[in-house]
This record gives sequence, C-alpha cells and structure tokens, in this order.
Amino acid sequence: MLETALKGSRKYWGWIFFLLAVIGAGFISYLYQFRIGLGVTGMSRDVSWGLYIGQFTFLVGVAASGVMVVLPYYLHNYKAFGRITVLGEFLAIAAVIMCMLFIFVDMGQPLRVLNVILHPSPNSVMFFDMLVLSVYLFLNILVGWTVLGAERKGIAAPSWVKPFIIISIAWAPSIHTVTAFLYAGLPGRHLWLTAIMAARFLASAFSGGPSLLILLALIVRKYTRFDAGQEAIQALGKIVTYFMITNVFFLGLEFFTAFYSKIPGHMEPLIYLYTGIEGHAKLVPVMWTSTILAVIALFLLVPPKFRKNEKLLVVACIATFLSLWIEKGFGLIVGGFVPNPFERITEYWPTLPETLITLAIWAIGFLVLTVLYKIAVSIKEEAVFDKYGQKQVK
Amino acid sequence: MYDGWKIIIGIIIFIGIATFPILYDIGKASVPPPEPKIDTPEIQKMAEKKCIESKSFMKTEHMVMLNDWRDSVVRDGNRLYITTDGKEYAMSLQNTCMKCHSNKKKFCDECHNYVAVKPYCWDCHIEPKEEGQT
Amino acid sequence: MSISRREFLKIASASALLGFGGISAFEILQPGQFEASQVMPDSKGLVAKRWAMVVDISRFRTEEDYKRCIEACHRIHNVPDVGNLKEEIKWIWKETYEHAFPGQKDEFLSEKIKDLPFLVLCNHCNNPPCVRVCPTKATFKRESDGIVMMDMHRCIGCRFCMAACPYGARSFNFRDPRPFINEANKLPYDTVFTNGQDREALIKKGHLSFPTRMRGVVEKCTFCYERLAVGLQPACVEASQGGLIFGDLEVPNSEVRKVLNEKYSFRRKPELGTYPSVYYILG
Repeated sequence: MLETALKGSRKYWGWIFFLLAVIGAGFISYLYQFRIGLGVTGMSRDVSWGLYIGQFTFLVGVAASGVMVVLPYYLHNYKAFGRITVLGEFLAIAAVIMCMLFIFVDMGQPLRVLNVILHPSPNSVMFFDMLVLSVYLFLNILVGWTVLGAERKGIAAPSWVKPFIIISIAWAPSIHTVTAFLYAGLPGRHLWLTAIMAARFLASAFSGGPSLLILLALIVRKYTRFDAGQEAIQALGKIVTYFMITNVFFLGLEFFTAFYSKIPGHMEPLIYLYTGIEGHAKLVPVMWTSTILAVIALFLLVPPKFRKNEKLLVVACIATFLSLWIEKGFGLIVGGFVPNPFERITEYWPTLPETLITLAIWAIGFLVLTVLYKIAVSIKEEAVFDKYGQKQVK
Repeated sequence: MYDGWKIIIGIIIFIGIATFPILYDIGKASVPPPEPKIDTPEIQKMAEKKCIESKSFMKTEHMVMLNDWRDSVVRDGNRLYITTDGKEYAMSLQNTCMKCHSNKKKFCDECHNYVAVKPYCWDCHIEPKEEGQT
Repeated sequence: MSISRREFLKIASASALLGFGGISAFEILQPGQFEASQVMPDSKGLVAKRWAMVVDISRFRTEEDYKRCIEACHRIHNVPDVGNLKEEIKWIWKETYEHAFPGQKDEFLSEKIKDLPFLVLCNHCNNPPCVRVCPTKATFKRESDGIVMMDMHRCIGCRFCMAACPYGARSFNFRDPRPFINEANKLPYDTVFTNGQDREALIKKGHLSFPTRMRGVVEKCTFCYERLAVGLQPACVEASQGGLIFGDLEVPNSEVRKVLNEKYSFRRKPELGTYPSVYYILG
C-alpha cells in the first residue's frame, strides 16, 4: 500500500519537500544539541523541563483523541464515523511518533534510552508511559493498516482485528492518564498536585484532538475526492464543543481551589502565569492569548448556528487547537517549575536550536500524517464517493 | 529477465559499495596489531609484576569485570575485590587500574583504537596525566 | 516455488528480528560474573542503618564557616563552576531561612533568623520522591545505609528526579563539565579536613581521586559514600568543625540521636511526607 504515497501532484511533492527541508534544519540543530548538551536550550536548573516535554504532553492528548472516533463507530455502531476512523487512527500514529521523538530529544543521554527497558522500574510513571505509548503505537498501526488493507481488497476486515480495536479503545485514555500521572504525583510542584490533572488532560485531549481531526478532514476533502462526511464532521464539532466547555470549567476549578483556599503554594504558579510576579512576566501574554482564543472558540462552538457554518467551524477549531496547545504544551509545564522550591523565580523561554528541533519534529509528524493519509485516501478514492459521502453508482 | 541490464549494473554497483572498505585497503600495508605497553614507572617499581587477574582473563573479560565492579561499588556498597589468589584490591578504574596502567594512550587506547571502540569511561573517570601533558 | 515480494519481506524481517532479539537476549540474560565471596565492603568503612545529619546553625557564625563546608565538598567531588545561574551545579549551598523553609515565611520573624543563612543539601529522604520516579533506578535508596545514591552510568538524563525533588537539591549537567572544573582547586576525596583555622592546612591530603560527571546526567550530594567506605566522615561534616553532626539514626546513643533528643529540631517541608534525614537545630 506504501506505493500509493509515491504518486502525487506537484503540490503534494512540494509539501513533502518543504517538510523535509524543515526536518533537515532541525536535524542539524539536533546534532548541535547532541554535541554540546541541553545547555543550548532554554532549560535551567530550576525549569528543568521545557518546550520538548510540553509538546510531548500536549501530543499525548492528540494521540489519545483517536478513540473519540473509534469508540462510537466500533462500540456503538455510529455509522457516520465510518470514513473518519482511519483518519483518526493515522493521526494517533503520527502523534505518538512525535511524542516519542520529543522525549528522545529531551534526554541528556539519549543513547542510554534502552536502560528503561533493561532496568524496568514499575515504581516509575515514566516506565509505564514508555510502555503504554509503545503498545498504543503498535495497536494503531496494526488496526489501521489491517482495516485499510481489507478495504483495498474490497472485503470486510478480519474478525481478529475486533479485539485489538476494543483494546485500543480502552488503551487510549491510559496514555494520557499515565502522562498526567507524571505530573500529578509529584509532591513538590503545587500547580500539578491536583486530582483532576488526568481529567484536565482528558478534556483537552478530546477537544484538541478532534478539532485537529476536523481541520484535517476538511483539508482532505478540499484536495482529494475523499469526504469524511458532513454528519461526521458535525458530530466531531459537538464533541469538541462539550469537551472544550469541560476543559475551561476544569481550569476554573483550579482557580477556585487556589484562590479561595488562598494557599500560597497553589496561588503563586497561577499568579506567575497570568499576571507575573515581581516583574517576571514572560509567560503572561502567552497565557492570555490562550485564554482569549478559548473564549473565541467557545463563542463560535456553542451556538449551533455558528457551529454548523463550516467556515466558522474552521476558525473555532483553529482557536481551540492553538489555545490548548499553548496551555498544555507550554504554560502547564513551565508554570509547574515557577516559583522554584525556594520560592525564587527563574523564567524560561525556548532558544533558537530548541525551536528548530521542535519544528522539525512537528514536520516529521506531518510527514508521517501526509504519507499515511495519502495511502488511506488513495485506497478510499478507489471506491468512488460523491461530495456528501454517498457511494456513487459507477 | 526483464530490465536485465539495469539489474546487473545495479548488482555491480551494490557489490562495489559493499566491498569498498576491503578494496580501499588493497595493497596498503596492514595495520600492525596493537601492542599495549606495560612498562609504566609504577609497574617497573613493582616487585612482582602481576595484574589483578591473569592477562588472558583481562584481555577477554575486563569490560564485563569493570561493569560488575561498577554495580558492586555504586549499588551494593562493596569496595573490595578479592582475586583468585586471595589478594585484596579496591574496585576502582581510576584509583586501582589506572594507578599501574598510567599510560592510557599506549595501553588502553592501543587496542581500543585498533578495534575502533570508544568506551566512555574517561568522560568521567579521570585519566592519569601522561608525559608532556599539563 | 515462488513467493511474492511481500511474503519475502515478511519472512526476512521476521528472521532479522528473531536473530537480533536472540543475540540480545543472550547478552542481557547472561549470568553476572562474580560469586558473592569475591567482593566485600572495606572493613575500615563506616556502617550505619540510616545515615542522617544535624545542622547546628548556631555554629555557623562567619562567611568562612559556610564556605569551608561548601568548598570541601565541591573541591573533592570536582563540582564544576559553570559560571551562570541557569546551568548552576551545586551539591551544598547557603539559603536564607525564608527560602529554605518557605512555609515559615513571616514578616514579624526575628531579623536574626530572617538573615541567617542555612546550609542546604540533598536531604536523603527516607521516602524519596526522586527514587520513586526514576525510570532506570539510576537514583536509588541504598538498602544498606539509606543513602539516596546516584548511578551516573545508568542515568539517562530525563530529569524526572529534578521535577520530583521538592527541595531543589539536584543539578543537571547541561554541557560537558570538564572545562569548568578548577584544576588547581581539586583535592583527593580521602583528604582529612583539619580542625584548624586555616583552610589550606590539611592534616592529610589523601590520594584517591573522584570521577567527574559527563554532560547529560543529574548529580547531587551523596553523603560522601566514597569517604564513608574508607572510614572517613563526609567532607562537609569534617570541615564544619562541629557545625554538622553526622551519624546513624538507628543507633540509640549515636551523636545525632543525642542531639535530636536534647534540642528542638526541624526539617524542610515535613508536611510532604518525604521524611528527610537532614535536621536543623538553632543551637
């Protein structure tokens, strides 16, 4: 099936080569980082995790969101999602690959990464994270490839795939629960020490992931003859709406706990993020951008009239995705380290090499996504669909 | 065979690339086998010139032995090693092995360079200063 | 017999996987080399069930008093001076009361205490969160004596321990530390630190050297396990001239137990349940 990715228009190859250029630049940056050390990033003794781990955290949510289309279709026979499940699964694959790459570039001694397998430590959440991510990647590749292969041959998928699909549905929440546990179990970091950390991750995963999926489905519809279907996209839109409301609600809960209890440890990270402390305010514009985007997103998502308008839905999805990307992919991680255990402030901002490496990993993710989608679309186009997802009579 | 000539040319190019390392060195003088030198001043001073274990054992097992020493000292808190003939040594690359074999370049590096191995021991474990070094 | 390209690729990759997997399994599952009788601890070594330290802040009166302890540690352990706060590496250092004990901040606190610097270091907790989170057991709590150790060979530099430590005790090597180590200042780790006034007048210089670290690993105070192994007290304890008291918490009449019995002591962030082994007394 891979050969379908090698046939494409000028625009397709132009996009591929653009991605390869970005990857090249980032790869050179990574060689620089590998030679010198993580000192080339903006991380410090106080803020020891930065953009890389933040992006990993956010993308774990995006990866888990595959379940949002798989679950209704396979468990509840929601036929409208029939065409979009493979897009969801392939998005999950690309996202998990990005997660693993972000962890790899963040490690001080990446060549020793196999130590995690050679010396298994079940007491460590990170050990479990590695485990669940690897299994989830395997599951999605297995299920996506098999189902697509069957569709290419024009037959039903083999019955042994069904148990793996059920496992992947149960497995998806595990990957971001375990990732949330990385943060929620640490006694010294008050921004993270909250029982609803995993719930917040769930809420942002199931609003951020599907919003990206909607955008991708619309792009696919624009450039190919494959259409995921009006009903599927609208259903996803409703999912994004409800989970975005939940996400903002959960953030509000955090604010209440911090500012009604008035415990300094709980208040200070939020004060730093949203107003700055003693002149240290690098992240304030970033966090308020995220807030404003969230408000715009909800304004366009909640009223059905706006949500049904696809152009406004696009704006809403972009706003949702960006808002969550800032909040989970940057603010949450950096905020956990400020103030430090001595109540001093060290700020963080990514450096150029760090940014290039991050962009390169995103480009790798998009490359994987493009190739996989090309394969999926080529196969599905064989069975000819019309604009609204009904099979045409040849 | 379809596209016969393309396949044959492809095979020839492949064999060329795969055997390039061998072809490159044809006619050149062979690299002499490594000769690690054990004539350091410290070893010269020794009455009985004996290493911790026999030469043949060290040659084949020193890597595994050092790994086991590492786990013993750091993780188990055992510092002393008792050789097969009853002598006691502290298990330390820096303070035991390198005390006698103080010539890393003419001893350790000889074999390591020959087999193109770069152990990262000396990224941390300080090598003894040799002649001509500050 | 003819097989399709796809079949061929499937068989080839499966064989390759089995081949590599088989070899790796053989290497990994190989039994270790030593029998138990071949290794043993040094008989000179100091042993304890649970090492602990008491910091008597009243004994630290001048800048010198703090500097002596910090320098003793950093000199024998080749701790680099990276030159900027961002990538700072420190094993033991000074903090004011309000920063070392942030829960106790109070505007009406006695000025004497507010400005009093405290020595802070890794607390070698009895319930260490850093050990709990390490994915490779590169940091671990030694069964024999309770020291929270670092295995620099195994650390993958993920810095999860740095996030987990509630005390900010850990430092990361953001780049190769060797250029930043003051060669002239190095001391062998079995140096005995004098009880005299002059920092340079050492009783015995020693001859055992301590390794440096490489870029990409986390480091911290390890209660001078290498000195304990040859029968010496930790460097900071020796250099403190009585300011730091070191001993076994499990021995009822040890120095530390006697002090803790007599004086009011407090620890950093006790509400977190980490059970630190470093106590502070005010005199």
